[in-house]
Amino acid sequence: MNTTTSLEKKLKAHFGELITNIVVQHGELTAEVAPENWQQVCTQLRDDAQFSFEQLIDLCGIDYLTFGEGEWNTDDVSSTGFSRGIGVKGPGRFSWEERETELMEKRFAAVVHLLSIKHNNRIRLKCYAPDTGVLAVPSLVKVWAGADWFEREAFDLFGIIFIGHPDLRRILTDYGFIGHPFRKDFPLIGNVEVRYDEEKGRVVYEPVSIEPRVTIPKTIRKDARYAENQEQLEGDS
Amino acid sequence: MSEIKNYTINFGPQHPAAHGVLRLILEMDGEVIVHADPHVGLLHRGTEKLAESKPFNHSIGYMDRLDYVSMMCNEHGYVRSIEKLLNIDVPVRAQYIRTMFDEITRILNHLMWIGTHGLDLGAMTLFLYAFRERELLMDLYEAVSGARMHATYYRPGGVYRDLPDYMPKHAESKWTKGKALKDINSWREGTMLEYVEHFTNYFPEKIAEYNTLLADNRIWKQRTVGIGVVSPERALQLGFTGPMLRGSGIEWDLRKKQTYAAYDKVDFDIPVGVNGDCYDRYLVRMEEMVQSNKIIAQCVQWLKENPGPVMLDDYKVAPPSREMMKNDMESLIHHFKLFTEGYIVPKGEAYAAVEAPKGEFGVYLVADDSNKPFRMKVRAPGFAHISAMNEMVKGSMLADVVSVIGTMDIVFGEIDR
Repeated sequence: MNTTTSLEKKLKAHFGELITNIVVQHGELTAEVAPENWQQVCTQLRDDAQFSFEQLIDLCGIDYLTFGEGEWNTDDVSSTGFSRGIGVKGPGRFSWEERETELMEKRFAAVVHLLSIKHNNRIRLKCYAPDTGVLAVPSLVKVWAGADWFEREAFDLFGIIFIGHPDLRRILTDYGFIGHPFRKDFPLIGNVEVRYDEEKGRVVYEPVSIEPRVTIPKTIRKDARYAENQEQLEGDS
Repeated sequence: MSEIKNYTINFGPQHPAAHGVLRLILEMDGEVIVHADPHVGLLHRGTEKLAESKPFNHSIGYMDRLDYVSMMCNEHGYVRSIEKLLNIDVPVRAQYIRTMFDEITRILNHLMWIGTHGLDLGAMTLFLYAFRERELLMDLYEAVSGARMHATYYRPGGVYRDLPDYMPKHAESKWTKGKALKDINSWREGTMLEYVEHFTNYFPEKIAEYNTLLADNRIWKQRTVGIGVVSPERALQLGFTGPMLRGSGIEWDLRKKQTYAAYDKVDFDIPVGVNGDCYDRYLVRMEEMVQSNKIIAQCVQWLKENPGPVMLDDYKVAPPSREMMKNDMESLIHHFKLFTEGYIVPKGEAYAAVEAPKGEFGVYLVADDSNKPFRMKVRAPGFAHISAMNEMVKGSMLADVVSVIGTMDIVFGEIDR
């Protein structure tokens, strides 16, 4: 815990306005960096002796669409009874044709986890892709060579474009795949299914035949046990 | 003499040395590799997206199916991440059980690795030996969870149940009867912990046996010494963890440096390589098995002496016992809510990592006050390792590709997720 607090101080002193929204939670430090400063901040975090984050442990995309939205209304239970829990928000509930996408601010982010072996600490940085125009974040391949495949994965699954990446191809999905499957407006059942066609003598792609289905609705509850916890957090940040 | 051009060959996805479904596009100049382009994703099941559509506990079983030769270590990473978000502590006995099973899993994984790595490079006997010992440990998985591989044994707040008091015995059959039956059941007379103790006494000489087959074997050395060399600087740059990093001479092990479970209470050493080649990584993993065996022995000793709860006493997260449900209305409600809706995880994000046999296995969870993870990302060690494939094989011979795939210890369940 102490190392995280001292890291927070060092970050504030060294980077000033370049790093924003520093949050310490569960002994982990999270901060935001704007796309234009992304490469500069990361290079300094790697090279500066007081940080020396030699390793990029992980890089992933995140889609904040429907963040904090439940599917099951539990607020006015006592007066009206439970709802059926069949709102149409979650990815398991719609097919490709029924998808709805609204514009929202700060929807996509690239999240990196860095590790300093020298100082034995970690940091998590977020870089939100711009809300309008190209969904792009600068690439970190020049800073950490290991970012290569992680960025390809985030591009494949979320459609975030990493500017300056030498070889930004799809990596996990099928050859010729359409769409970015980990976006929250991509259906859980997918778009196509494959089978071997006896007559044609090859594998064919067809639209999915299964129905979207969710067995347990997503339920939001403000649990009283964590209220104290939460206030403390809000006080910190 | 006619001019020879580079040509491209397909290695896999159906190739016995590809360890699953790796498709490598190799650009060759004669026998020398000019460029290697691994195509992964043939086993992509969208585990993370599936997890986002289910309550937290439903995804523990998916973790087993990621790196399907180190099952419980994956579960450990996931439950630790949930525990961090829920801010709960695990009873100390459960910590020891987890430590013991993490190490059993490490031996399982390394036995699988040495067996297949050896087989790829022409050492057939070792494969049979390694699988003989693996079978003994698989029985432990089965004894605690009922499943030989996909255990789903770790739960947020502890482990599913305490260690059993007996080991199931082999039944009499046409081939195994009389003295033979008595012999194979001789370890199984006592409790499960006694069985583990038998194993820890038996295993060191088996590792010595493997080493006599390989360590000074001329063919083995020709295939591994000086092959796939990674410098410490490059290992860090490429995001290597676990034996791949330690093989290059960097002393980094999460069990020591960012300790979890009961690793701070047991005594063990971290083996480190010097040259960063396939042979050094082989030595590192062999020594890790010796150290794991040592840790298991210490855990057995502690677990024998210290009975206690193995699950958190909080019915918002862990289910109440069957007997309580029969008499107590509140327990019944807790049980019903837990198994229908699940538990609520407060808003926040957490990353928890464990030293899995292959390297750092981490789970990044984003929660939004609901019963399902908003985003789950699995940081698989193999993904970073295989991304360095081109760098490790460029300029070496085609046969060395097999050595490098073997030394990376890759499993596609975790790479493709």
